[in-house]
Amino acid sequence: MREQKLTTPVSKEILANLACGDEVLISGRIYTARDAAHKAMLKMAQEGEKLPFDPRGAIIYFAGPSPAPPGFPIGSCGPTTSSRMDPFTKTMFELGIAAQLGKGPRGKEVIQTLVDFGGVYLVALGGAGALLAEKVKKARLLAFPELGPEAVYELEVENFPAIVAIDSKGNNIFKN
Amino acid sequence: MLSFDLMKTIKREGLVDLVASLCIKANLVLPKHQKEKLEWALENETSPLGKKLISQIIENYRIAEKTGLAICQDCGLAVIFLEAGRDIRIDFDIYEAINDGVAKGYGEGHLRPSVLHSCVDRTNTKTNTPAIIHTQIVDGDKIKLTVAPKGGGSENASRLAMLRPYEGRQGIMDFVVKTVRENGPSACPPVTVGIGLGGTMEECALLAKKALLEDNRSEELGNMEEEILELCNNLGFGPAGLGGKISVLDVHMLSTGCHIATMPVSVNIQCHAARKATGEM
Repeated sequence: MREQKLTTPVSKEILANLACGDEVLISGRIYTARDAAHKAMLKMAQEGEKLPFDPRGAIIYFAGPSPAPPGFPIGSCGPTTSSRMDPFTKTMFELGIAAQLGKGPRGKEVIQTLVDFGGVYLVALGGAGALLAEKVKKARLLAFPELGPEAVYELEVENFPAIVAIDSKGNNIFKN
Repeated sequence: MLSFDLMKTIKREGLVDLVASLCIKANLVLPKHQKEKLEWALENETSPLGKKLISQIIENYRIAEKTGLAICQDCGLAVIFLEAGRDIRIDFDIYEAINDGVAKGYGEGHLRPSVLHSCVDRTNTKTNTPAIIHTQIVDGDKIKLTVAPKGGGSENASRLAMLRPYEGRQGIMDFVVKTVRENGPSACPPVTVGIGLGGTMEECALLAKKALLEDNRSEELGNMEEEILELCNNLGFGPAGLGGKISVLDVHMLSTGCHIATMPVSVNIQCHAARKATGEM
């Protein structure tokens, strides 16, 4: 097990060096999106519109943060279950994203997509929203404010801890 | 039986405030029993990564308590158990008042509103209401409330089966372990397993939810809880599903009678952020 720094946007070369089980510390900008935001973004892409952020080399964080208490950039901010985003994953990689960050196992088709696109799937510790919120330095609402906690946020993170769950060769930390 | 004019009248405002404060407390302060369970997990986990993750889970609830950031961003559906003493008088709509308390608590506590208008109209109600309220009439002249926020991820991992009676005790054990094996890894393990046995379909599901509030083992079902705990902790998915010994912190089962033709079993999975707060007035 190795610990590595990962700065966004992430290149294919850097991703190719990450192995299943590696611990990474992410710094830079990541983008939150859950079910509803994915559905909305895929519709934008279909209609030829630009996404709310540049997808090239981006890390998408499956998360819907709590509202920020006074003095904090964001509220509690842990990952949500990734498998709900499996049906959107191939299109997101086609649009150029580098990695997804969430929690829990993924389906077989996602593993194939990661191999095909040289992407990785990272996991953060579910239910550790307060601890992870402390790694967020700034937050900005980017799109879909009507979705409330399901809106797309740009988070500026510093040393945000994650683990490589599926690497670009398709090695999977989940056994089932 | 007290005469009507001697009965204690509950004040609406006090009830709203109590519900609001319990919503906030539940989301910021993990119950003592759950903290002890996590310490037990830390001691007994054998995988180095699993041990590290459990220590981060412990660090997380300490940060929440200190900073006012919610333990988990999924502040849950507000599941509320209402015990109303039969010697009190309530001269207002108590369910409306409880919902007002939930909206107040989630708003003032900067807790995430996670309730949508419906499965089809998926727009947020922004107040985290309607709450899920279960009522019981009990002895005495008090109102007791337990607020147990329930996250969506672990609720998605829950299952109910109408087994066939011939499947027996083994059928129950197999269904529970299968549910935990298939759904546990994405439900923020180490999880707690609540099991309901018997009743009709809806009562069976409620029993599983109530079982999650139990701190002690039930005696009438022998050692089923202990056996299931051991089987689950041999599954190996461990903390966060990333491998390890401690997949399950505890197993609680509640049982009631059932129809001659049925054998309902329900499994309600609770993530490691097993939140609840109780108060009375």
